[in-house]
Amino acid sequence: MTDVALPPHRSRTRDVLGVLSKNRLAIVGLVVLLLLGVVALFGEWLAPHSPTRTNIPNRLEPPSLTHPFGTDELGRDILSRVLVAARVSLQVGFIAVGLSLAVGVTIGLVAGYYGRFVDTALMRFMDMVFAFPAILLAIAILAVLGPGIRNAMIAIGIVYTPIFARVTRGSVLSVREEDYVRASRSVGASGPRIIVRHVLPNVMGPIIVQTSLSLAFAILSEAALSFLGLGVQPPDPAWGRMLAEARGFVRVAWWMGVFPGLAIVVTVMAFNLLGDGLRDALDPRQKSVIESRGHLL
Amino acid sequence: MSTGDVVLSVRDLRVTFGTARGPARVVEGVSYDLHAGETLAIVGESGSGKSVSTLALTRLIPEPPGRVEGEVVLAGQDLLTLPPGALRKVRGRRIGMIFQDPMTSLNPVLTVGRQVTEGLEHHLGLSEKDARRRARELLDLVGIPDPERRLGEYPHQLSGGMRQRVMIAIGLACEPEVLVADEATTALDVTIQAQIVELVQRLQAELGMAVIWITHDLGVVAGIADRVLVMYGGRVLEEAAADDLYADTRHPYTAGLLASLPVVGEAGRRLVSITGLPPDPVDLPPGCVFHPRCPHRDDPRCATELPPLREVAPGHRVACFYELPAEARR
Amino acid sequence: MTAGGGEPLLAVEDLQVWFPIKGNGVLRRTAGHVRAVDGVSFTIARGETLGLVGESGCGKTTTGLAILRLLEPTGGRVRFDGDDVTGMGRRRLRALRRRMAMVFQDPYSSLDPRLSVGAIVSEPLDVHRLHTGRAARKARVGELLELVGLRPELRDRYPHELSGGQRQRVGVARALAVEPDLIVCDEPIAALDVSIQAQVLNLLDDLQDELDLTYLFIAHDLAAVQHVSDRIAVMYLGRVVEVADRARLAAEPAHPYTRALLSAVPIPDPPRERARRRIILEGDLPSPADPPSGCNFRTRCPEVFEPCPRVDPALQEVGRGTGGVPHEVACHLHGVTGTPAEAGRAYS
Repeated sequence: MTDVALPPHRSRTRDVLGVLSKNRLAIVGLVVLLLLGVVALFGEWLAPHSPTRTNIPNRLEPPSLTHPFGTDELGRDILSRVLVAARVSLQVGFIAVGLSLAVGVTIGLVAGYYGRFVDTALMRFMDMVFAFPAILLAIAILAVLGPGIRNAMIAIGIVYTPIFARVTRGSVLSVREEDYVRASRSVGASGPRIIVRHVLPNVMGPIIVQTSLSLAFAILSEAALSFLGLGVQPPDPAWGRMLAEARGFVRVAWWMGVFPGLAIVVTVMAFNLLGDGLRDALDPRQKSVIESRGHLL
Repeated sequence: MSTGDVVLSVRDLRVTFGTARGPARVVEGVSYDLHAGETLAIVGESGSGKSVSTLALTRLIPEPPGRVEGEVVLAGQDLLTLPPGALRKVRGRRIGMIFQDPMTSLNPVLTVGRQVTEGLEHHLGLSEKDARRRARELLDLVGIPDPERRLGEYPHQLSGGMRQRVMIAIGLACEPEVLVADEATTALDVTIQAQIVELVQRLQAELGMAVIWITHDLGVVAGIADRVLVMYGGRVLEEAAADDLYADTRHPYTAGLLASLPVVGEAGRRLVSITGLPPDPVDLPPGCVFHPRCPHRDDPRCATELPPLREVAPGHRVACFYELPAEARR
Repeated sequence: MTAGGGEPLLAVEDLQVWFPIKGNGVLRRTAGHVRAVDGVSFTIARGETLGLVGESGCGKTTTGLAILRLLEPTGGRVRFDGDDVTGMGRRRLRALRRRMAMVFQDPYSSLDPRLSVGAIVSEPLDVHRLHTGRAARKARVGELLELVGLRPELRDRYPHELSGGQRQRVGVARALAVEPDLIVCDEPIAALDVSIQAQVLNLLDDLQDELDLTYLFIAHDLAAVQHVSDRIAVMYLGRVVEVADRARLAAEPAHPYTRALLSAVPIPDPPRERARRRIILEGDLPSPADPPSGCNFRTRCPEVFEPCPRVDPALQEVGRGTGGVPHEVACHLHGVTGTPAEAGRAYS
């Protein structure tokens, strides 16, 4: 009977963070998102003016020291509105994506692990949902449920469910064939136990990446729905809504549209950069040459 | 075994990889001479440096993070000082390679024909037609039935044994002076392994090339090698003619490996295992690389001094301070 | 040691595992079958080790998985301690999993990378609600790790921090957790370094003595199989072609395939190795989706003769070895017996 000195303790999470920290763009994305988080939480306090108080004499003022982003057609401070709207956008994004994450991942796990007709039935249904153009489907759902921020979250959640189901199922199909799943069956573990304990943790990588990319899409969708008047209702500020209101003033007050637009672009970019970075960091092929000892040596 | 002139001479070969934890010394001062027509086996476990030491001969190692030092003299020319262009002319042309896994070493989207003719057209400048004719001859030589049809097929359409034969055909295409077979039979079943071993031996006799056979399997080596290098932790621990290595083992590591092998017809004997694990190339032990696992590390020098390779019998060299008693030498 | 009197612990009778080949059409009709295991029978006595040896694609791993019902057999029966395993419902199958365990080939893929060693070893205990309670559980896991020669502190480590040999020991500890009677070892040393293989073989040997285990030892390496097994069954293309005790199989192989296999196993001794007459088999394994008629081995057999394509050979006794263990061979060289090829293929 033998045993040797333990190798130094190395955690996988730290490996992933190590690779991620070397990806400069992903770090930029992460920092921007952290700032956005702060803005979302403390928007009201950070805002120099009230986001909803109208001030008709000051309407359509170009950017200045008192109003760095200018004012809109009712004299409201655009910087304040952009800051406060961050909360709504992120909130809609997170809740909608949380919804599609929960439903989609569950469907993907069940379909992928049990296979056969369970798989066929669930995934064909997902394909049907997926077949509609995303924004049209969301509009259709809102037409049924009625406009409003809560329904917008539900609609966006439904629209992005199939992506999670697909991504999850794809990974489950390969994990299902791993020996450790078979080993777990060989000791008598039940299907649900195996799914929760072995399959789910091992398919988290692609799901995390998909979550970050979907957040970007969900925020865009919310902007689009609010632009169409189906999401956030006035007078609450929302980036999409502000864009819609700016439509009639493009020629006279460019700042009305540019700043909320930039907010959307920056947010979406940040999520995408982080998502790409996570994808690279979670990919085991990123491991350095020497760590695959025995393979090359 | 009759052996001819020295075709390849390796002196103090060192390979280092830069890693996040510091330099990994994967090959540490390997030297040997390879004679024409000879089969040299390099035996070792994973991590012993056996594969890297041969990849380094033609610098088939990513640099950086790798770094190759020493001398590799092929027909009077030091390969390690050659510019990349000249080195490419050596690879495949004068030193052929066969790798372990024929599934990943063959390109799945190219036909067998394209892969065999590639070297012929590139190195020998044959026309497409001549290369194709030669490829057919090569497949025939390595015992692939119906070569004309096989040339048009893709790797996945062939069995494991057939793919390994294709690999050998590619390795032999330019009639190299040296053929390196890196675990060439490890992925194959024993009956197929026997076919491949016989094939390489026959081709070696016909073409008179020198073969470096890299393996972890002391059983396979016994049947094919003229001379054996035993590597461990990047170093050569023992070098001997094959018969001497098995009949007159001098290094405790070699003796341990042999004692740990189950042998057909010797069932019931308790296997003597080597305790512990192979060393980490980033953190090699001081002194003899094997001493932490060695049953005979009584000499105080074992833990502090590197034992030099010393000649204990003609052609038999050992890097160990300890004299293995005659009865322990099998 | 040997299969003597009394009921065998495990009896495999005419086991069959066929995988359907789906066609490409819209309806994806079954276009044929891969006969991975095609009528395999053997028994294992309590405390015995049966070696199941054969080359890749011979169906040995599939046989092991079907015995544990990790794959559903398509025919035949498996009886464990008198109970029919093949007909068991979910509940009884769960109970059976306490008595049969498996050690897998690849210690890199058979341990969940996201779980600690302690969690891996205690999974069977969770499933069967054994040694409940934090302290009892921890003690039992520590005990199991010590049993396989690992330090209990390893319980907090993750598989990627361990060497191949250490991982395989964890795999063995997991198999031992439920105190099984039978362990199916599927190529347990194939993925390990030479100097580590002997450690694991010795460990399995010691555990058998200590815990009175019965092993089905599946491997392609005849030398290792011969080393650990009391009896050996040789498989070729989904069938058992020869069964004998280990000494007799090595000394007097009766099937041409066994002879070829034995002659191909290298011996680490150059003069002996050079002096051997090696039987080199021609060609490759035929496809198990379309096996040859009659004897499976006839397309590569150096001694093929007239009845081989006609008659499907049955296992017949050709002698007795140590302790009266029957030596059985499925080959017409020892007398033509079996089913005519046409009848044998009528069900396909």
